[in-house]
Amino acid sequence: MNNVIGKPITRVDGPEKVTGKAKYAAEFNVPDLTYGYVVSSGIAKGKITHIDTTEALALAGVLQVFTHENRPHTAWFDISYKDQDAPAGSPFRPLHNADVTYSGQPIALVVAETFELARYAASLVKVVYDAKPSHTDLEAHLSEARDPQWAPTNFLKPLPPKPRGDSKQAFLDAPVQMAAHYVHGVQHHNPLEMFATMVQYESYGNEDKARLTIYDKTQGAPNSQLYVTQIFGMSSSDVRVVSPYVGGGFGSGLRPQYQLFLAVMAARELKRSVRLTLTRQQMWTFGHRPATVQTVALGASSEGKLTALNHKAIAATSQFEDYTETVVNWSNVLYPCDDVTLEYKLKSLDIYSPLDMRAPGGVTGDHAIESAIDELCYKLGMDPVEFRLKNYSEIDQTDKDKPFSSKELRECFRQGAERFGWDKRNPTPRSMRGEGHNLIGYGMATGIWDASQMPARAEAVLTVNGKLRVSSATADIGTGTYTIMAQIAAETMGMPIEDVIFRLGDTDMPLAPIQGGSWTASTVGSAVKTVCDDLKKTLFKTARKMAGSPLAKAKLEDVLFDDGSIKLKNDPSVAVSFIDIVGQNGGRAISETSTSLPDMLNQKKYSRHTHSAAFVEVQVDEELNTIKVTRAVSAIAGGRILNPRTARSQIIGGMVWGIGSALQEDSAMDHRYGRFMNHNLAEYHVPVFADIHDLDVLFVEEHDEIVNPLGVKGLGEIGLVAMPAAIANAVFHATGKRVYDLPIQLDRLL
Amino acid sequence: MEAVGELTTEKSLDSAGAKFIAGGTNLIDLMKENVERPGRLVDINHLPLNTIEEIEDGGLRLDALVSNADTAYHPLVEQRYPLLSQTILAGASPQLRNMATNGGNLFQRTRCYYFYDTAMPCNKREPGQNAGPSGCGAIGGYNRIHAILGTTEGTEDGQSQCIATYPSDMAVALAALEAVIRVTGPNGERTIPIGEFHRLPGQEPQRDNTLEPGEIVTAIDLPAPRFVDNHMYLKLRDRASYAFALVSVAVGLEMEGDVVKDVRIALGGVAHKPWRKPEAEALLVGKTATKENFRPVADSLLEGAVGYGHNTFKIELAHRAIIRALGQAAKLEPTA
Repeated sequence: MNNVIGKPITRVDGPEKVTGKAKYAAEFNVPDLTYGYVVSSGIAKGKITHIDTTEALALAGVLQVFTHENRPHTAWFDISYKDQDAPAGSPFRPLHNADVTYSGQPIALVVAETFELARYAASLVKVVYDAKPSHTDLEAHLSEARDPQWAPTNFLKPLPPKPRGDSKQAFLDAPVQMAAHYVHGVQHHNPLEMFATMVQYESYGNEDKARLTIYDKTQGAPNSQLYVTQIFGMSSSDVRVVSPYVGGGFGSGLRPQYQLFLAVMAARELKRSVRLTLTRQQMWTFGHRPATVQTVALGASSEGKLTALNHKAIAATSQFEDYTETVVNWSNVLYPCDDVTLEYKLKSLDIYSPLDMRAPGGVTGDHAIESAIDELCYKLGMDPVEFRLKNYSEIDQTDKDKPFSSKELRECFRQGAERFGWDKRNPTPRSMRGEGHNLIGYGMATGIWDASQMPARAEAVLTVNGKLRVSSATADIGTGTYTIMAQIAAETMGMPIEDVIFRLGDTDMPLAPIQGGSWTASTVGSAVKTVCDDLKKTLFKTARKMAGSPLAKAKLEDVLFDDGSIKLKNDPSVAVSFIDIVGQNGGRAISETSTSLPDMLNQKKYSRHTHSAAFVEVQVDEELNTIKVTRAVSAIAGGRILNPRTARSQIIGGMVWGIGSALQEDSAMDHRYGRFMNHNLAEYHVPVFADIHDLDVLFVEEHDEIVNPLGVKGLGEIGLVAMPAAIANAVFHATGKRVYDLPIQLDRLL
Repeated sequence: MEAVGELTTEKSLDSAGAKFIAGGTNLIDLMKENVERPGRLVDINHLPLNTIEEIEDGGLRLDALVSNADTAYHPLVEQRYPLLSQTILAGASPQLRNMATNGGNLFQRTRCYYFYDTAMPCNKREPGQNAGPSGCGAIGGYNRIHAILGTTEGTEDGQSQCIATYPSDMAVALAALEAVIRVTGPNGERTIPIGEFHRLPGQEPQRDNTLEPGEIVTAIDLPAPRFVDNHMYLKLRDRASYAFALVSVAVGLEMEGDVVKDVRIALGGVAHKPWRKPEAEALLVGKTATKENFRPVADSLLEGAVGYGHNTFKIELAHRAIIRALGQAAKLEPTA
């Protein structure tokens, strides 16, 4: 049998990665390659009054310096610059005009015969600005917050529903109340691989036409292709985007970044192949998790029933787009209440547009509501797990009171608490001590994320050698897509996984959506299953037509696909091998391309989510305030687990991210200059091995026939969501001090 | 030292902005950011400065080109100067310590964000070039990692020109151990006590140290071993490894029973140089090692400390760290 779904298969792309064979965007080479280097603006707002490129151009080997003064014409209208993840507004256009709209904006591109020369020449470009005062401090502009403009992206990231009941009065009437204010700074994704594009330029026809092969760092090759064809007026047959490996994404590759635009522009103008890689410092010059300020005001009955739920958020966005994320809705998906006000507003600042970053909005809102619930529990004198069970939601009040397609959160609480040893917690703050000056704190929180499915296409080919090749233009940002898709295909086809190869990241392949929102396993997995099921039918039809076929009289339901053969169910010794079927097909490969569409009619009756419970132990030095996350357990209800090994890895990654988010990550801006100051990985801290101690993951059993035919929910974000709140709650339990703002660096405890 | 002598008198160094390069762990980064723009790089890795040897008076000579890693794990350093070993290993990452040299460590430049970003004003990078009240971006800016001590000393008007810190861990231990820096230059060899090697910014924040043009560090001499039994390097930072100190404390104690016979304390992450104050140390000599007796020492060490906003917490944090590190060195407290 070939039951490989649910098995801890090691990553099929592992050997490629550890031997260095796996190539990333900036590693593809072609003859006569040229190199670009971006000049970034030193001011946040104003006009470029003069840009002098003479010195740079005078260097032998410098081919061109592109600025707003000499850039070629591109599409006129905003719509052409909209990618699949574009929010409402006018997308940023590199080198569009003399205006500077944020600090670090690309203002020139140097292209030279070598990278070093391009970098040096970039340092010789002289810019004179007419600087204007910039505004970048969200907290200084809260009173100017406004409603966001709606965009199609809000289908996936819903804005708050209308208020329910009278939450203001309910709060006033509540015998037990809590209210607090939570401030989150900016975070940047910083995948290890820097953003890079290599454009291979090949002319054809009378040299006036060009075909571009673009190696791009992206979470969706088709998205980059769409962007390029629209802006440069090119036919999609002339633009192929390839992205087989991605060195981390975390959402930063959901939208094309400016190096793609600049590299394509330069290649077309110079009629040369161009490679453009951003520097680590320039990784702070585009999308990020926005600064957000939240207020939560809760009321409860003295028995611990939630009676008033107010959750409001104000987030920063750019002057040109209304980036939105779902921040406040989660509170009411998790906690039912008769009197609810959820509010989400934006303030435009002189910054680049924010961008989805792992659990966008979810981890932000979760930290606030789950910290608030913890605080409320202290006021009630109630165990936080008990409160959550008492206020357990069976319906989604933010979405027409729909039931959940599945929700095993109770099991997450039960199994997570047991594994962690939650019963050993003395709830009194500062009551538990470790060695020396260490205070010990236990904290927990609930996590929630979407379980979405999108349309996608896939192709399956049974090759002349009897192997299976499946492909879809999705991405693998390190999540394990290559592996789980091979598993799904192998099991569906009844083939050994060694005989299956899955390919992705190429616009020559069937269309798939950008890889984000934790929907790839569900979306592309369903497409792979569908195309394999279709291929099976074709194989069966062909097998029946074979001369003297033992299956001639069989029906599809009479056979099984096993070990590379079609066998009769009631007599498996009667079989036709896939190889023989290919022979029947004249020795030609047999292929199918199929589309998988979500079962909208059924799905829309349900609210579909993953859930988690995180339990965390911290040690805090009572004098020096150093914080160590010594232990954490995440119990995950994420539907069917396709591969426990890659699944666990996803959750561990999310937990580590949560530790960084809670304690370390902070893009610190000097608001006088509107500029992020700690723009490198020595000063912008993410966890290192020494920060990570005992992390434990458990998956609770969860069956869901609604979310998709595979019953899989996706695990990209859920490992992160609950962690910051659980850590913050543990820090409170350890120290008796509630820190509302993130990250909780040691000075915030002093 | 002939080879070294030749090198320092070589004409190439007269050309504007020539720089020696050894491990390159800081210089290359700064060149990529256009902060350092040497007209020429002189590779000194072939110089015969790569041993660790005992010297007269029972001391130890650490040659300039020995890597930080080889120094930290050298048996004589581990046995006789465990404070130095502990301190080096608290810095950077294994990869960096393998490349970085002892000499180069002394020349690490500040991690000040404004110094690193050529779009920002900085008196250290561009002395006297900047408009505005101070010409220092960090003053009035984002200064969480910046100095709290010695920022106004030696200034003409009492207004600080620079609040950068010197980021080395190693040099903090060297200060507590009272190491001596050996230097060769156009005018021959000389020695500089570690306390006089780095300088406060004063009116010349561009100058990190007191080396003369053309001079090169050849070795670090450690005096006869001290503090083998009672020492501590306590480093407080934003993550457990690969992060510069917000505040660090190197302590060496000579104990007789529970009485302190002698003590050296050096602070890192708080000033433009490793911070020592002999008068503060003297307060503890002859006293019993107790928290109560440590407190006046911390008070004295931090006398005159000034916060600039984001970094003001360092004053209280340093105070607590000094008391803790003294307690740990005296074995009153666990060191974990």
